[in-house]
Amino acid sequence: MAGRVVVVTSGKGGVGKTTTVANIGTGLALRHKKVVMIDADIGLRNLDVVMGLENRIVYDLVDVAEKTCRSINKALIKDKRLSNLFLLPAAQTRNKDAITPDQMIEIVEGLKEEFDYILIDCPAGIERGFNNAVAAATEAIVVTTPEVSAVRDADRIIGLLQEKEIYEPLLVLNRLRPEMVRKGDMMDVDDINDILAIKLLGIVPDDEEIIISTNKGEPAVLNSHSKAGEAFRNIVKRLEGEEVPFMPINGETGLFGKFLKLMHGK
Amino acid sequence: MKFFREESPSKKQAVERLRLILVHDRAKVSTGLLELLRGEIINAISKYVEIDENEIEIELNANDSKAELVANIPVVRVRRAIE
Repeated sequence: MAGRVVVVTSGKGGVGKTTTVANIGTGLALRHKKVVMIDADIGLRNLDVVMGLENRIVYDLVDVAEKTCRSINKALIKDKRLSNLFLLPAAQTRNKDAITPDQMIEIVEGLKEEFDYILIDCPAGIERGFNNAVAAATEAIVVTTPEVSAVRDADRIIGLLQEKEIYEPLLVLNRLRPEMVRKGDMMDVDDINDILAIKLLGIVPDDEEIIISTNKGEPAVLNSHSKAGEAFRNIVKRLEGEEVPFMPINGETGLFGKFLKLMHGK
Repeated sequence: MKFFREESPSKKQAVERLRLILVHDRAKVSTGLLELLRGEIINAISKYVEIDENEIEIELNANDSKAELVANIPVVRVRRAIE
């Protein structure tokens, strides 16, 4: 059976695409799926760093496209922790023109038979890099944060995905801050669902553990204490077709709430 | 219910601004949208009144507080009965 080809995209930069790819990829591999993550952000590669694999790169996506390396398997980097998880890194010293959508399709076709999931980390923007990243994908995950600019760009991306015949992208709402939602200073998931009107895959709370995990090069999904990690584990389950209720967004409930939490020893 | 503090309006502002921005964005992006709308409006109205199709103006306007569809449709004649 051919694997699923999922592009992770957002339009706006800095909303957590790469973190999302690293965590979903790792989460799927934890469930014994055979996964390859492709960093399509040529010139600004980052997925290797988030995964802690930056020292193992020999060949990259452009080498594969140009057939500089003999086989695609030579360019795939095996994860440190999970033997069924692989990374195809982006080239750092080239630009987005270094590959074409057709080359991307050819590369992905070559991987489909061997992998259950092919996750593509799309660069920010809507030009060449986006077209390359989306060319081979049949499914999409749109990442946004609860900010006007990010949601606006997500809306644009949803339109562009439709033009590429990806009609049912899934939404990941990243960096939600429950306390700000509670105070009425941040859009909540209902507001964003209402505006974007696509299926919700998951809500990831803003979590310092994400920064710590990026410092270490270990995706938060591996950390059982991380709230964001838990959110990504749920996202992975939903991607696999499981019905998982969305985590309650329980911000602090003021003094009384804090008192209650103290009573419960939290 | 909130007794001790006023609800902060910044989320509401975010939602309202987004809605207006997206009205504009989506209308611009889907170039065919206004043309389709124009065609259907002509069809619907023509059942009741005869209009000058060449003089129809249809615009989607958005400002700071609201978005509106403005249609200026010159009527030539009102039909006596629905045909």
